[in-house]
Amino acid sequence: MKKKKKKAHSSAAVNSKLLRRPIRRFGWLFLLPMAISFLIGFIWPFLQGLFLSFCKFRTTKKWTFVGIDNYLRILDDEQFLYSFIYTAIWTIVSVVLINVIAFAVAYALTQGIKGTNFFRTVFFMPNLIGGIVLGYIWSMIFDGILSYYNTNILEKTEFGFWGLIILMCWQQVGYMMIIYVAGLQAVPEDMIEAAKIDGASGWKTLTRITIPNVMPSITICTFLSLTNGFKLYDQNLALTEGLPGVLDKATGLNTYTTEMIALNISKTFGQSGAFSKGEAQAKAVIFFILVATIGLLQLTSTRKKEVQQ
Amino acid sequence: MAKTVKKVKAPKGKPKKLWLTILFGLVSVFYMAPIFLVALNSFKKNTFVKTQTFALPNAESWAGFENFKTGMTLGGTFWKSVFYSLVITVLSTFLIIIVTSMAAWYISRVNSFFCKFIYFACVFSMVIPFQMVQFTLARTADTLKLNTPWTIPIIYLGFGAGLAVFMFTGFVKSIPLEIEEAAAIDGCGPLRTYFKVVFPMLMPTVISVSILELMWVWNDYLLPYLVLDRTKGYMTIPIHIQYLKGSYGTVDLGATMALIFMSIIPIIIFYLTCQKHIIKGVAAGAVKG
Repeated sequence: MKKKKKKAHSSAAVNSKLLRRPIRRFGWLFLLPMAISFLIGFIWPFLQGLFLSFCKFRTTKKWTFVGIDNYLRILDDEQFLYSFIYTAIWTIVSVVLINVIAFAVAYALTQGIKGTNFFRTVFFMPNLIGGIVLGYIWSMIFDGILSYYNTNILEKTEFGFWGLIILMCWQQVGYMMIIYVAGLQAVPEDMIEAAKIDGASGWKTLTRITIPNVMPSITICTFLSLTNGFKLYDQNLALTEGLPGVLDKATGLNTYTTEMIALNISKTFGQSGAFSKGEAQAKAVIFFILVATIGLLQLTSTRKKEVQQ
Repeated sequence: MAKTVKKVKAPKGKPKKLWLTILFGLVSVFYMAPIFLVALNSFKKNTFVKTQTFALPNAESWAGFENFKTGMTLGGTFWKSVFYSLVITVLSTFLIIIVTSMAAWYISRVNSFFCKFIYFACVFSMVIPFQMVQFTLARTADTLKLNTPWTIPIIYLGFGAGLAVFMFTGFVKSIPLEIEEAAAIDGCGPLRTYFKVVFPMLMPTVISVSILELMWVWNDYLLPYLVLDRTKGYMTIPIHIQYLKGSYGTVDLGATMALIFMSIIPIIIFYLTCQKHIIKGVAAGAVKG
């Protein structure tokens, strides 16, 4: 009954002539500023970028069409392929760690212990600090620790890999925790009580009752940390900048072993070769398709959840 | 997402788990440690930051406020970067709030083909990585002279509008139409209906969106780095700090820590004073990938 009423209401919103006509006359004021800046800041650069990925160019005005050459060039770009795999592995590890830790913290904080709100404040705080500053802070800390062993974070790939994992956990756990806490609080308490009365152990209650009930939160957090991982740029730049570089003596190629996709694309844009800008733009298109697919999957899955509620 | 801010209350009659409190207390100390380390090291002489990172400053390594003094002029005037950061953040947020909320109202009330197109383009823009437009956007901004701190908000409005429009439209749809119709019957034009009736009702979303945009613009590095005209000395705080690191080997770590310390303090104060709104706002924006 209630639902029907709502439906009638929303269709009325579309049809209210009383509002629609006068508002329309003010379209230039309400929609135009937004439409124009959207055109400048997004639509035009996006379409231009899409087109230029098929061109050889140095500036946006001087270009020659080369077809899919730029995309073929990427296949020979070992650094890009390396960065792609490195990013994928790094992202999987970070998604698992961030979500497991965040869920554990959220679970503990909803058990009614003392000082919960204080802990929440503390854990969320790193989210407000920008990626560049975070990278700088942690490179100081890691260098401080590693200096006892006469080395530093730029010496080994493993240092850069795990360093970035620690940094991102520190930053993101608080954020994901907030989402998990909201999900955990929505789990009906009588369900858990019923399970306890039926003699379920704490572990069984967690895996059979709690986790299935917070599935929507788990979906959101997984997708969020997934896109965050793939798009990571600032922290990567500030912590290691892709270093250390490893020289392959047979081919003479220098591979930056902690360089992730986003950083690789930005660096390629900065190179001076005749084809590098076109290649960078083509990489960006591939990157965009990858991220957009994950993002749209997330949007539709959260939408579905809204409908169910 | 309104539930997010609800204080976590202890279920009655359950025993308080003291050991968990103690454990989390210890973890909290470790969690805060990086911030304290920044504060600590900003008072140390440059050479001691790397060798005695975790030690308290002693007579030998104590630098007093020397780092703060040298930091002021390191890599350009620091206050100028702070000023530009403030200008860009405040102007952009203000512009985004006004323009996108108006557009969102128009979109959901008129609902024409063009409106639908803009709305879907907005949702689409939320999933675009910046690398896709970084080159072309920077060139476009150059051509249109949008490369100063006073005009870059237009770029932010264009590129950051997606999430704001998405959130505002979601909220506008839940506002009962009768209120606006009543205003229209009483003789309010669209302008007055919007600013006197609709906008005040949008307040909760305005706060959430403001916080999201503030945090994004304030911490953003790549967009201002590529768009701003650095030949005229325009820098924001993240650009300034990254610029210091760029000059490798000669970098004055003590002074850098002093600058980082100074740029974190306002954020922490801001966080502690509007914590409730911030956590709510950030959670509301969880739709963005």
